[in-house]
Amino acid sequence: MAELREQVQRKFGDAVLTTHAEHGDQTVIIRKDAVLEVMRWMRDEPSMLFNFMMDLTAVDYKGIKPPVWRFEVVYHLYSLKHNHRIRVKVPVADDSPSIDSIVSIWKGADWFEREVWDMYGIAFKGHPNLKRILLYEEFEGHPLRKDYPIKKRQPLIGPDN
Amino acid sequence: MGVEMEEQNLEAALGDSVILTQLDKVIGWGRKYSFFLYPFITACCGMEFMSVAGPRYDLDRFGAALPRFSPRQADILFVVGTISHKQAPILVKVYNQMAEPKWVFAFGACVCSGGMYNNYSTVQGIDTILPVDIYVPGCPPRPEMVFDGLIKLQELVQNERSSKWPRGKAAYEPRVKR
Repeated sequence: MAELREQVQRKFGDAVLTTHAEHGDQTVIIRKDAVLEVMRWMRDEPSMLFNFMMDLTAVDYKGIKPPVWRFEVVYHLYSLKHNHRIRVKVPVADDSPSIDSIVSIWKGADWFEREVWDMYGIAFKGHPNLKRILLYEEFEGHPLRKDYPIKKRQPLIGPDN
Repeated sequence: MGVEMEEQNLEAALGDSVILTQLDKVIGWGRKYSFFLYPFITACCGMEFMSVAGPRYDLDRFGAALPRFSPRQADILFVVGTISHKQAPILVKVYNQMAEPKWVFAFGACVCSGGMYNNYSTVQGIDTILPVDIYVPGCPPRPEMVFDGLIKLQELVQNERSSKWPRGKAAYEPRVKR
């Protein structure tokens, strides 16, 4: 049987930008506008059956050469049925970054997407309740972005320490 | 010296049935051996607190065993573990709810100075929001360090004057009202 990444590439063609595998860890990098379609197929396709969304996070590549895109949203999927897993990366551009929410596919993505919004400011379109999850509502900016000033403090209380 | 001689003579004249002292000293002596703790525990230092409070190291030997989970009944606020900016208003509220006299024990490097967390989320030492009486650094501090700190706090309490109290609310108000 072909590798999972090859199956995804064969199915979606242009929506898959590239794939690679390292020590058995397979990765597919897909276009942002295809997220919902690809994810839903990967959950429901009998040879895939990724019924468990293990992790959802993001990376800020600001200042990394070559700067093709600024953010990547990273999904880790696992199939309890087939005992296989795959990593899906989605490039997201710099200005007011946004991407489709996958809460409609895996409900467990809810808080992960809120955390990514909190820390990186990537908006998830269609999320049922997109607000900060770890920081407080009054916090300005998104602290895990590379351009967040490392010394910046936003205390709720007390001096600006 | 002269006063002490007079005290001794007076005590002797009264047949050793009376002890003369100062009111502040008696109150301080009583307070230092009967601390009730409020454990405000947020992080890994809590494990070391459990160790020092448990039977092996036994904080009870110093009269400071009984954790009170209501600040109204507590004498010492044990701040154990990293304090984030999000928690700071809660910590101040607990401090303000404690009845006087009250003391604050900074347990661990994070509480003393923010420790290794010099970032957007961490308070850089609780002395920026509360008056702190004793600092015990360490990541985490050894039980012996905690005892040393507690004994130093007992000395401080013994020598306090009643005019120190009340100390009043914490100096800082939350900027955001909830």
